[in-house]
Amino acid sequence: MRQWFAHGLRGRRSGIVLLLVLLALWEFSARLEWLPAMSWPRMSAVAATLGQLIASGELLSELGASLWRMALGYALGVLLGVIVGVLMGSFRAIYNLLEPITEILRPIPSPAYVPIAILFLGIDDEMKIFMIAFSAFFPVLLNTYSGVRAVDPVLLQTAKTFGVRGARLVRQVVLPAAAPYIFTGMRVSLAVALIVMVISEMVAASNGIGYFVLAAQRGFKVREMFAGVITLAAVGYGLNWLFLLIEQRVLAWHHGYSAQHRD
Amino acid sequence: MSAAAYIELSGVKKTWNAQGRLTTALAGIDLVIEKGAFVSIVGPSGCGKSTLLQIMAGLVPSSDGLVRLHGQPVREPPRDMIYVFQQYTRSLFPWKNVQRNVAYGLESRGGLSAADIAERTAQTIAKVKLQGFENHYPWQLSGGMQQRVAIARALACAPDVLLMDEPFSSVDALTRVGLQQLLLDLWQSLGLTVIFVTHDVDEAIYLSTRVVALSRPPAHVGLDLTIALDHPRDAILTREHVHYLDYRHRLLAQLFADEGIASGAVHS
Repeated sequence: MRQWFAHGLRGRRSGIVLLLVLLALWEFSARLEWLPAMSWPRMSAVAATLGQLIASGELLSELGASLWRMALGYALGVLLGVIVGVLMGSFRAIYNLLEPITEILRPIPSPAYVPIAILFLGIDDEMKIFMIAFSAFFPVLLNTYSGVRAVDPVLLQTAKTFGVRGARLVRQVVLPAAAPYIFTGMRVSLAVALIVMVISEMVAASNGIGYFVLAAQRGFKVREMFAGVITLAAVGYGLNWLFLLIEQRVLAWHHGYSAQHRD
Repeated sequence: MSAAAYIELSGVKKTWNAQGRLTTALAGIDLVIEKGAFVSIVGPSGCGKSTLLQIMAGLVPSSDGLVRLHGQPVREPPRDMIYVFQQYTRSLFPWKNVQRNVAYGLESRGGLSAADIAERTAQTIAKVKLQGFENHYPWQLSGGMQQRVAIARALACAPDVLLMDEPFSSVDALTRVGLQQLLLDLWQSLGLTVIFVTHDVDEAIYLSTRVVALSRPPAHVGLDLTIALDHPRDAILTREHVHYLDYRHRLLAQLFADEGIASGAVHS
């Protein structure tokens, strides 16, 4: 993490400069009215609106509603993905049973399920949580399955020689050994969950950040709309940062181990 | 079953089904091993000596025949028997440090308090001379040290029998001598029974009270030698002993004849 941070400051200096240049370009293009002022407000005006929205608490309450749904859906999707992935990785019969259906369901883009989900679950939180869980499920499932298949048989035999079997074997050996794979899946799912959260809120909602952005656009509150999008960028960045922080802690052994084995 | 029998193999057979073709790896092995023995199993590579050890450990089922420990049939890994794998880099848990790896076997047994586990773990780590490395991860240690962690993890459970599958084959020559010495010391001081698979005839004679040579597959016991050399063994002098050289001669003659390698050996 520290390495990444130092790298982020020094190695990515050019990237940060580019970001600042683009923000300046936004400001000047809006001041010079290269684009219609109605749909292209000044960066400084958007920043001021963002500040007001944060100060009034409006943005945070919308964000809170969204993050709550996302956290619940994501946790559900990850949990089920790990459970089914371990079962598919451990039992050939379960793999044979579930592999065809996952291969058919997985490639369908998650937003396509939204109309179906509305039909059965309505337009309230249940639908959104289901959509987020459903789309977070598959990346975790597939990576967990691969991780379980990749557990070194010597580790499993070692545990067996100490009399460890069944659920204890899964908890003590299979899950830690597959953890690097599981985390890869969870990271993909995190990005997917954010996308599906926004989409489901745009389709049908009365609160949440996705609803806020769409409602602002429809009400010609363009500065609010941009403020909402910038908030989403910050949330996505923040969530990924938090995820990496946790991953670095949990998988510290794996980073050391793979660095050792690259030599 | 004779009075001295501790581990008894009767007619142990192993056949593999490879692409519809039945191949016999072990043709029917009979062995009686007494408590406290140090028995090495040697043989050409692919003769099934590791398979035989895994059958004895209850990790792999035999196709026919029976293994008994204390007269009880072995069908799954018995508590008194611990298997030490050849691939120490793969058998240590990379997410556990040395302390937690060594404690793993004890924790898996249950019935011990955390304080007891900590105490026995510390004692065992001292036995294999790894004090000061408790908080290191396996991948931060050299190969020889990693194998000592694996041995400590096995010994912490206070087993009666250690089954070792070429445990020193991937460490350098000097480290190997050190590990051999350590193993002999532990065998003597703890009263262990050791079954040791190796492809190295010198290592087998140097360590053992008995060496069993398997033939090429379908394998049977080709030669069964009692090694009547005094303990403690000496890393240099034992290997120059006239009896040592005689055992070496007979074992190599057996293995070479089996492989069809010409030599000047006098068959005895």
